[in-house]
Amino acid sequence: MEKKKTNVKDIDRRIYDIKNELNYSFKTDSGLTKDIILDISKQKNEPEWMRDFRLKSLEIYSQKPFPKWGADLSDLDMDNIVTYIRPNTQMKHDWNDVPEDIKNTFELLGLPQAERESLAGVGAQYDSEVVYHNIRQELVDKGVIYTDMETALRDYEDIVREYFMKLVPPTDHKFAALHGAVWSGGSFVYVPEGVKVDIPLQSYFRLNAPGAGQFEHTLIIVEKNSYLHFIEGCSAPKYKVNNLHAGCVELFVKENATLRYSTIENWSKNMYNLNTKRAVVDKNGTIEWVSGSFGSKVSMLYPMSILRGEGARSEFTGVTFAAKGQYLDTGTKVVHAANNTTSTVNSKSISKDGGHAFYRGLLRVSKNATGCKSTVSCTSLMLDNESKSDTLPIIEIDNDNIDIGHEAKIGRISDDAIFYLMSRGISEEEAKAMIVRGFVEPITKELPLEYAVELNNLINIELEGAIG
Amino acid sequence: MSKNLLTINDLKVEVADDNKEILKGINLKVNKGEIHVIMGPNGGGKSTLAYTLMGHPKYKITNGEIIFCDTKINDLKTHQRAKMGLFLSFQYPEEIEGVTVEEFLRTAKTAITDEQQKIIPFKRLINKKMEELSMNEEYASRYLNVGFSGGEKKKNEILQMSILNPKLSILDETDSGLDVDAIKIVAEGVNKIRNDENAFLIITHYNKLLEYIKPDFVHILLNGRIVKSGGIELADEIDEYGYEKIKNEFAGL
Repeated sequence: MEKKKTNVKDIDRRIYDIKNELNYSFKTDSGLTKDIILDISKQKNEPEWMRDFRLKSLEIYSQKPFPKWGADLSDLDMDNIVTYIRPNTQMKHDWNDVPEDIKNTFELLGLPQAERESLAGVGAQYDSEVVYHNIRQELVDKGVIYTDMETALRDYEDIVREYFMKLVPPTDHKFAALHGAVWSGGSFVYVPEGVKVDIPLQSYFRLNAPGAGQFEHTLIIVEKNSYLHFIEGCSAPKYKVNNLHAGCVELFVKENATLRYSTIENWSKNMYNLNTKRAVVDKNGTIEWVSGSFGSKVSMLYPMSILRGEGARSEFTGVTFAAKGQYLDTGTKVVHAANNTTSTVNSKSISKDGGHAFYRGLLRVSKNATGCKSTVSCTSLMLDNESKSDTLPIIEIDNDNIDIGHEAKIGRISDDAIFYLMSRGISEEEAKAMIVRGFVEPITKELPLEYAVELNNLINIELEGAIG
Repeated sequence: MSKNLLTINDLKVEVADDNKEILKGINLKVNKGEIHVIMGPNGGGKSTLAYTLMGHPKYKITNGEIIFCDTKINDLKTHQRAKMGLFLSFQYPEEIEGVTVEEFLRTAKTAITDEQQKIIPFKRLINKKMEELSMNEEYASRYLNVGFSGGEKKKNEILQMSILNPKLSILDETDSGLDVDAIKIVAEGVNKIRNDENAFLIITHYNKLLEYIKPDFVHILLNGRIVKSGGIELADEIDEYGYEKIKNEFAGL
């Protein structure tokens, strides 16, 4: 597959690593104080309730301890993180109006091209603010709302107030509280009853500034009998100082609606990715998560599905790739809180060059939820002897009337398999890449095409060792 | 151009992990157009010879040389040997999840020929070759060897051989575990591929395959050495008396 390899070199990691000069109109001091929070709120010209919400969250943040499990966060010093950086531009609806350097970054990441070809709407966030948002007119005519959170707070204040951080309250954990205090940017999507959005919407989050945090908030509400596929992409150039991403995603799936939420996260390896994602699903509704975790120094990410309506379904498909210097603690949580709810979890992880992939999952079935069904499968592949892989699936069941299938497998890449492929003229690197691509194939086929290609390219880049 | 394809001189090989010597001085010459058969009891070193020729890292050459196409290949990597025209049909082919037979073979053909194999012409090629081997077309889109029966795996090896068109094919116990019909198909495959420019080294424990493929030379491998070489009559002798007679003959080794 020489041609594919050439393609790989074309989309070198260098694209992700392009750094633009810092060009901002406003930036807070690093660290976290009441004044900084008030500053952010003032900059955004927010309603009072939101300002108070931020201050309350800050209080909770300072009281909450760091988590005592999972990743080592001792190197993450909030005093060195700049929580708010407003790029030197207003949000645009015409791509041509976006400043040249920012535009170039997104062009290289393939964003506007993706919009022209296969998306119904696109949002692009650069550091703390969304710089571009657009949606096809026919969707607007049907009543679909797709905009940045700031605009939503201004134009749809009632809806935001009803849902904002109700599913992930600031009291949830320390980084949820942090998010509540300093959130900025993100996407707001509202799909009215009965509307099927056939082509995906996509938001892309880019963190350019060194030593900064990105705290975007994504709020999606899909009403009864509607359908939406939302895609989220994330990346950042590599710096020597730590960056932090503590986003929050809240998804409300109403009766008989389906929401598919796909993410490919490719943060640079100085990033702490402590992200919280949660969906609540009503009667006969469906949430489908597709989650690819590649970048970051440390990730703690467990998208959660709360199946609260009878017959609600969740499906989680995830792949995690931990290379040198990376500790990726990922998984998913499912709560069966109503009768006849079903869940499927399919997780794959790969570790190489001393990388550590940790699968942590929770399956909980409430006492009064009967007739539930769940299938959990997690497999790990280690590419060498230095790398590590763990699996910790926690299952808490309070009733007997449930059908559960569980399978976990951890293995090393086999020398004999590599030898077999090499005996057909395929080089060692390509043989490994082929085995890994094959390993994640069940995930790749769930992704939109351009993301599947990107995922395969990321695997090739990782295995060629081109990433510093 | 030399007629010689492969020359093995005093080859000694041990298992890399425990330094146990398995091949204790092998000498062999294979010319273009020839079919050689290596027979011998289990544990005599037949598969070690096959794996060493293909360059498996588990086996360490401690003495001697392997010359293929006038080049010493002792230190070449497995894929470099394959690119020179060496092929090994495995006794137990590996199962590779998520990679289809067609995708795998197109990648392999591209690697070996250094020419990008276009999807449509390659599909035509693979379909034609599969038909010749009485393989159902749907195998092309199945994952490599995953869920294949023993016979299907062996056929798939022959399919790969016929598509990659090697100069020297080593068949490691390709006939073991096959019923008569499958053995016939494998033999027909070999007979179709053979010509004046290529050669075969067929490793087998018993000689069913030899009813369908006429070898030029038969060698007996015993305790890491080729103790006897001859023609087809040697195989007949084994068939009649088993390995005991030869073992007794060379009991001192």
